[in-house]
Amino acid sequence: MTRSGQNRLRSFTLHALLAPLAVVWLFPLWMMAVFSTMPDHGIFSSDVVLWFGTSFTDNVRNLQADTDFMRALTVSVFVGVVYTVLSVMLTSMAGWALARYRFLGKTAVLGIILGTITLPYFVVVIPQFVMVARDFKLANTWFALIVPPLFNSLGVLFMRQSFSMMPPDLFDAARVEGVKEWRIFLYVALPLARPTIAALSIILFLHSWNNYLWPLLISSDRSMFTAPVALGSLVGLTKVSWGGIMAGAVLLTGPMLVVFLLLQRHFIAGISAGAVK
Amino acid sequence: MADLTLKSVVKRYGTFEIVHGVSLGIEDGEFVVFVGPSGCGKSTLLRMIAGLEDISGGEISIGGRVVNDVEPADRGIAMVFQSYALYPHMTVEQNLSFGLRMNGNPKEDTDRRVKRAAQILRIDQLMERRPKQLSGGQRQRVAIGRAIVREPQVFLFDEPLSNLDAELRVQMRVEIARLHKELGVTMVYVTHDQTEAMTLADKIVVLRDGNVEQIGRPLDLYDDPENTFVAGFVGSPKMNFLAGRVVGADGKTATIELVNQHEAQLKLGLSDAPTPGEEVTVGVRPEHFVDAGKGACDITVDIDVAEHLGSTSYVYAGTGSREPLIIEREESRHGDERRLTVGIPAKRAFVFAGDGRRLR
Repeated sequence: MTRSGQNRLRSFTLHALLAPLAVVWLFPLWMMAVFSTMPDHGIFSSDVVLWFGTSFTDNVRNLQADTDFMRALTVSVFVGVVYTVLSVMLTSMAGWALARYRFLGKTAVLGIILGTITLPYFVVVIPQFVMVARDFKLANTWFALIVPPLFNSLGVLFMRQSFSMMPPDLFDAARVEGVKEWRIFLYVALPLARPTIAALSIILFLHSWNNYLWPLLISSDRSMFTAPVALGSLVGLTKVSWGGIMAGAVLLTGPMLVVFLLLQRHFIAGISAGAVK
Repeated sequence: MADLTLKSVVKRYGTFEIVHGVSLGIEDGEFVVFVGPSGCGKSTLLRMIAGLEDISGGEISIGGRVVNDVEPADRGIAMVFQSYALYPHMTVEQNLSFGLRMNGNPKEDTDRRVKRAAQILRIDQLMERRPKQLSGGQRQRVAIGRAIVREPQVFLFDEPLSNLDAELRVQMRVEIARLHKELGVTMVYVTHDQTEAMTLADKIVVLRDGNVEQIGRPLDLYDDPENTFVAGFVGSPKMNFLAGRVVGADGKTATIELVNQHEAQLKLGLSDAPTPGEEVTVGVRPEHFVDAGKGACDITVDIDVAEHLGSTSYVYAGTGSREPLIIEREESRHGDERRLTVGIPAKRAFVFAGDGRRLR
C-alpha cells in the first residue's frame, strides 16, 4: 500500500472511532435545541422526535412571563462584563507585581495563591456567603454579585506567566528613560500581554456567565437574578415548563458558542501559553 | 558631558561577591570599553553605572555627583541593550519618542530631538515601521537613536553588536565610532569581542572574575600586557604561550630554555630576574615570529593546518603542549611544507612567572 493510501486508511479509522463519540457528546445539545422548539406535551410524547418544531417563540414568551428572562440575561451580561474588566485589571496588576518585583514575602504570597487553587469552591462558598450576607449585609446587591468572586488565582498565575516571559530589558530600557513604573505597566507590559488578556477575558466571562451557585445563594430578589438562576428557579414550580427552560438554555448557550467559535484561536493559545518555550 | 568615576565598587548577591572593589576614572568625552570573558562582571558593572543594579559597596559619580542612590533616569545616562529592547508594539517614531512623551517633554522639542537622531542614524525612512519590520542593523540604529534623543552625558552600550552578523558588525562598529566623534560624549561600551575593544576604545578595561586586570590604551595593552590573561585576551589570533625554564640569570638578562623545543635557548633582558630553575611562560604573538636565523632563537614545528587568507597565512602547529602554536606568515603560497622553522625575536617575547605575572 502506498504512503498516501496508508494515511487515508489511518484517517478513515480515526474518524470511524471518533465520530460516534462526537455524536454522544453533541446529542444532548441537539436535543436541547430540538426541545426548545416544541410544546411541553410534545417533549413528553412517546414518539421520539429528533427534528425542530415550531414553538420556540411560544416557549420564549412563556419563559419571559414566568421569570422576566430578558432582564436576567441583561443582569448576566452586565455582571459578566464588569466582572471580566475588574478581574483582568486585578489579576494583571497582581501578576505584574509577582513577575517583576522583588519584595519581602513574595514566595509566601505566591504559595498562598497557588494554595487557593487546591481549595474546592464549595469549601469557600459558605464562609463567603456568611461574610457577605450576614456580616456585611450585602445580599441582593451588585457588589455581592460581582466583587466576592473577583479574586481569581488562576488568572493571577496566568498573567504572571505572561509577564515573566517578556524580556526584562524592555522594562529596564523604559526605566532608564525615566518612565514611571505604573506607566511601564500600562504602556509597555499590558499591550504586550494582549493575547493573554484576550484569552483570560474569555475564560473569566464564561466563568461569570456560567456561575450558578454564588448568584443563587446571594440573590433572593428576582430583579437580581442572573440568567442561570432565573432558569433554575423554574424547576421548583408546580408546573415545570421544560420547553421554556430549554429555550432559555439555548439563549444562554448560543451567544457563548458563537463567541467561543470566533475567538477559539485566542482561547486555545491562552490555555497553552507557557506550555512550550 | 561628564566624567565618570568608580571608587571601590562592589557587587554582592547575598554572600556571593561578583565585583570586587573596582576603581576607575573615565574622562569627559572618552570612549571606554569593558572587555572580558562571559561572567567577568562587565555587564553588571555597566548596569550599576546605569542604576539598574544596586551597588553593594563603593561609590559611583557622574559629572562630580555621587549617583549611588539616584534613579537611572536622573543620572544623565542612556543605555543601548544587547537585545535592542525596542517596544514591539510601537513604531520607530514612537519608540524614539516614548521616554520623552512619558516625561511630559514639550512636543516641539521631542519632535526636534527625534528628527535629529533619525538624521544622524539615517533612519528617517523607517519612522512608521514596527521593530519586526526592520533588519538587525536597523533595529540597532533605532536602539541607539533612542539613546541619542535623551541627549545624555554618558552613553552606555551593553554588547550592542553581538546579535549582528559579522559584516553588519563591522559596519555598525564604524557607525558607533563616527557617532562618538560626532557627539563627543563619554561612552562606556561592554563587549567580549577584543576586536571591538581594540578598534573603538580610547581606553580598555580588561576584567576577569570581577577584578580589573589592566587598564590602558588599546596598543598599550597589546604591547605591554601585565599578565598572561591580558596578553592572551588582547590580540587576534591570540598570543602563543610556550613553556620554558630559566637556566641562567645575572640580574639584567636571563636565559630561558624552551621546553619541547630541542633545548632552544632564548636570552632576554630581564631586570625582574627569575631564579635559575624556575618555570616560566614565554609569550609570542603569531605576527611576531620572524624567519629562521633572524631571531634570538629558532624553533622547529610540525605543521598541522595552514589557513591561507590571501594577504597572510596562519600556520597551526603542534608543539607538544595542549594548545597549537599559531604562526602568521606574510606569504600565503609556500607550498606543502610539513615542518617549519621560525625565529623568536628577543624584543617581541614576553616572559611571565608561574602565577601569570609579567616579568620585565
